[in-house]
Amino acid sequence: MSTDTPSADDGAAPSRAELEARVAELEAHVAELDAATDEDDGPPKMSIIATKGTLDMAYPPLILASTAAAFGYEVTVFHTFWGLDILHEERSKDLKLSAVGNPNMPLPNLLGALPGMDRLTTRMMEKRIADNDTATVEELLGTGLDMGVEFQACQMTIDLMGYDEADFYDGVTTGVGAATAIQDMAEADIQLLV
Amino acid sequence: MEDYEITETLDVTGQNCPMPVVKTKQAVDELDAGAVLEVLATDPGSVSDLGGWAETTDGVELLDQDADEADGRYTHYVRKTE
Repeated sequence: MSTDTPSADDGAAPSRAELEARVAELEAHVAELDAATDEDDGPPKMSIIATKGTLDMAYPPLILASTAAAFGYEVTVFHTFWGLDILHEERSKDLKLSAVGNPNMPLPNLLGALPGMDRLTTRMMEKRIADNDTATVEELLGTGLDMGVEFQACQMTIDLMGYDEADFYDGVTTGVGAATAIQDMAEADIQLLV
Repeated sequence: MEDYEITETLDVTGQNCPMPVVKTKQAVDELDAGAVLEVLATDPGSVSDLGGWAETTDGVELLDQDADEADGRYTHYVRKTE
């Protein structure tokens, strides 16, 4: 049942004292909320999950991490599965670009599947990166580390891929798992899966 | 435009995203409050990127940007405010 016309016998209007008490109550509540907001006034946070290890997909997490650090963000990048290769001292220097699976590639998938084609597309990309003075994966990683980005290597996938903790760049955090990633994401203002 | 004196110059000519912003931040961190950093860049994206960075980041103020598109030179002036 509803009525748009307030009826006169809807009950007595609250007294002035009741209203004052209610205002005081609300003011106290607002003050509490303000105090709570001030407490977590620390730096903003970003959490990235990096799962890919191809040459093209290594760039987005590294570029966003170092840029966010420049914006004053506390950044963690959790590397898992092929994303570990970005942190792997040897493998990071030899990341490949796949010749198949990308319809924007200048050659048909059928040709891309031929032996040696991945090497060819990778060389082409590496040349473009050099010609364009784009930073290398290693440079971006070094810059990120300098800026205090925490690069984490997922322990379960280190073991799964048969890597050793010593294979990773100095400054990379090992011995972390999904719970660490969840905690970082829960506290972060920006969360990305790459 | 207010007057200011350049304290340091950072040369990021030839470097591309994200380096102009990242190196500017690193250079600003080394300066004292009130100092003005001149940033020399050739990346056309640096105009938008450094502008956005300065606007969003506490403790820095973008004083001026000088885009010479014909020459492909972009100069930025950033003051460290705190």
